[in-house]
Amino acid sequence: MSAQPSASRTPPIAGRRIRIKVKRADGPGKPSRWEEFEVQPEPNANIISVLQQIAANPVTAEGDHTSPVAWDSGCLEEVCGACTMVINGRVRQSCSCLIDDIAPAPGDVITLEPMEKFPVVRDLWVDRARLFHNLKRVKAWVPIDGTYSLGHGPTESAAQQAVRYVLSTCMSCGCCLEACPQFTLEDDETRWDTTFIGAHAISQARLFNMHETGRQTKADRLDALLGPGGVSDCGNAQNCVKVCPKEIPLTESIAAIGRATTLHAIAQWFSGR
Amino acid sequence: MMQHRVIVVGGGLAGLAATIRIAEAGLPVDLFSMVPVKRSHSVCAQGGINACNEVARQQGYSEYQHFDETVYGGDFLADQPPVLEMANFAPRVIDLLDRMGVPFNRTPEGRRDLRLFGGSLFKRTHFSGATTGQQLMYALDEQTRRYEAEGKVHKYEFWEFLWPVIIDGRCVGIVAQDMRTMQIRAFRADAVVIATGGCGLVFGKSTNSIMCTGGAAARCYQAGVWYANPEMIQVHPTAIPGADKCRLMSESARGEGGRVWVPRKKGDTRPPREIPEAERYYFLEERYPKYGNLVPRDIATREIFDICVSHGLGVGGERVVYLDLTHKDPDYLTRKLGGILEIYEKFVGEDPRKVPMKIFPAVHYSMGGLWTTYTRGRYNPPEPAPEHKAGMAPPVSCEPGAGIAQGAPDNMMTNIRGLYAFGEVNFAYHGANRLGANALLNCIFDGIYNGVSVVNFIRDDVPSRQPAESLPPAPFTDAVEREEAKVRRLIETARTGADAQLSPYQIGKELGDEMTAACTVVKSGPRLEQCLVRLDELKSRYTQVQLADAAAWSNQSVSYARAVGDMLILAEIIARASLMRRESRGAHYRTDFPDRHDDEFMKTTVCAFSAQGHDISYRPVDAGLVRPRARTYGKTEG
Repeated sequence: MSAQPSASRTPPIAGRRIRIKVKRADGPGKPSRWEEFEVQPEPNANIISVLQQIAANPVTAEGDHTSPVAWDSGCLEEVCGACTMVINGRVRQSCSCLIDDIAPAPGDVITLEPMEKFPVVRDLWVDRARLFHNLKRVKAWVPIDGTYSLGHGPTESAAQQAVRYVLSTCMSCGCCLEACPQFTLEDDETRWDTTFIGAHAISQARLFNMHETGRQTKADRLDALLGPGGVSDCGNAQNCVKVCPKEIPLTESIAAIGRATTLHAIAQWFSGR
Repeated sequence: MMQHRVIVVGGGLAGLAATIRIAEAGLPVDLFSMVPVKRSHSVCAQGGINACNEVARQQGYSEYQHFDETVYGGDFLADQPPVLEMANFAPRVIDLLDRMGVPFNRTPEGRRDLRLFGGSLFKRTHFSGATTGQQLMYALDEQTRRYEAEGKVHKYEFWEFLWPVIIDGRCVGIVAQDMRTMQIRAFRADAVVIATGGCGLVFGKSTNSIMCTGGAAARCYQAGVWYANPEMIQVHPTAIPGADKCRLMSESARGEGGRVWVPRKKGDTRPPREIPEAERYYFLEERYPKYGNLVPRDIATREIFDICVSHGLGVGGERVVYLDLTHKDPDYLTRKLGGILEIYEKFVGEDPRKVPMKIFPAVHYSMGGLWTTYTRGRYNPPEPAPEHKAGMAPPVSCEPGAGIAQGAPDNMMTNIRGLYAFGEVNFAYHGANRLGANALLNCIFDGIYNGVSVVNFIRDDVPSRQPAESLPPAPFTDAVEREEAKVRRLIETARTGADAQLSPYQIGKELGDEMTAACTVVKSGPRLEQCLVRLDELKSRYTQVQLADAAAWSNQSVSYARAVGDMLILAEIIARASLMRRESRGAHYRTDFPDRHDDEFMKTTVCAFSAQGHDISYRPVDAGLVRPRARTYGKTEG
């Protein structure tokens, strides 16, 4: 469990003032700058509520008026994947980052940076279109015969459901890609199909290859992962699994797909395809 | 030949289900969403999705009883035919999701597992851990991506819907804004599906996601679409209060055996687990022996409110009660409820397997929404039926078309031709209170079942008129210019050192506080009058709103400030309709009118916007299938 048990927390000092350092940029390709804000966090504050506080009164610690910080967020309960950013040097969801945990004392500083593997839209907001594009590369769906009533789906053991469920909690947040040395910023869309696909997509390929109907397009997924930017580009740094907020066993998925692609390649060689 | 197109606004469960069904029929779909669709608010749904199933059926349950429960749960405010159709169709929705690969929890034999949920004594809720909404969303997101890869769906993500283009009472497109480049454009379509969810942010902190402002619905309303039952706002009994939002603690926690209690002794300071059983007040179980902790949400919420506010029995004298799972096996809890237990652990820092959770009600869902119509189906009993009891033969078969006519072009169409409302933004199914695990059903039923109506409308109805594509450009360019002018006006207010009192964020916060205080669990005439005065004050402050951001690129303040104006409009009809409904029904509870008055108010509130203000009137409810009865859930006196 990545949750912090309350016993291990330094007790936060009520009414303290802390500093928020934000790396800002006005748009794609624009120079970045740091701005610092001083805030008095409410009880149970998280990064989101602190950014909301700044938006309502955007004045820097030096007393200069500025614009509200732009950032991406959605559900605020770590299930939508929107609010990923780099907090004190570590990529994570900002909604589940509690101020009491990381800045319990007066004068504590929190740094917020946008992910660097995706193009910046503005400030902390980045464009993750490539992440979703890569799901198309592995056909991350079950190829059903349309939506008309055709009876129920395949039965499934509780054990297999338990494995699939965890893989299926991937919320496309991008943490695994930000932490991966093989996944680098790529502005040129024409190169997306040949650069490293990322742990999230490899794990989704495993998810759909496990499903009885999904398996019918298993070969297509493995073909994609045998190609350039596929599973063999993984450098085995294992950073992905350490930063996944949903604790998805990404390295197990990479290993499983690695084996499957090898078998697939051998079978192709024998069949002369 | 002219190519017809459909626009779907909103990429949650309802929008995606509609997109898939319409694209499958061969019509190109342009899908608009303020967020990448996979991040839509539907991911927050936790507990499950209701449908009659073989196990329940063999205990005497039926689709018809699901219908009866839903109508009773909604306190007889819903038009009954669409509810019957939805309940009848529900098992087909589950089968479809199953085929799409949703990892529903399984029994030891590998079949779909079931759990109990509020408002029913039968297990009829299918679930995927405690993140069912997320899992359903992902299945539909994947199918949408498949159609996108095939070129049948075009996604416009980070695009905000601004206005429907309506010519002679017919919707022919929309105006939308790219939230990154700020470009405003018109898009043409022969039918538009609005599937933009609820309006929780009107109440400030709610269980809703950050984009659930109700802005799209409010814009449709101002463009002439009727808005129905705005006063029916569901306050979920169990949420974790937070600084930025209230996080939902699913009803499934009670479905899996969770018990709600407070110490019997006022001001008892002992830690919860040191308080012996006899000194705990399990108030829901004592007051409602039949349903216990699984009474519908409005009832549980009012009881928790009563315990904390009227009796001062909240834990530590605060507005908090315990939701206790500690008597259950921790492994069982992880398997069935892992997702929500993790949320509690992450945001509160305590393990709910070991320590009872501290919860309080929070605004959760809007039963009201855009008004829609339908064509009645084949089931038209001479007399409305009495209460349906388990084991009784259903009076009608569950083949499609009993409740509403399958594929009729007007199903879930608003009063504007070609403009549909699906999902939470559609007022149609839940009356005055929604039962848990009926929302996911409502969304997918609308998309899949009523998506056919959109297709039929285009096939049968549109050809007799001029296709949107061939209409003259003026109405579209005019609409774009109007929206550009609004944005210019907002950006022109931006200045360094903007007055904090005129910040849209400050006005939005005060609006939320006022609406939560006046228009949620307990309402009264005098307080609502006061609320309307306060709203006038906020509205006049809003006319002088000042932004602190003049950027012409990715300006989030513009989007939020625009939404504040829309939320003020919705707030006004919520408060006014609450004041005018001089009775109590479902989620709407008036201390000065504590009883239900069917003669006067078994009616849909219909709001129409005009330059003069809000025109609020009533339409009779179609209650031809089930006779209204008192809604008590077996409450005991005392």
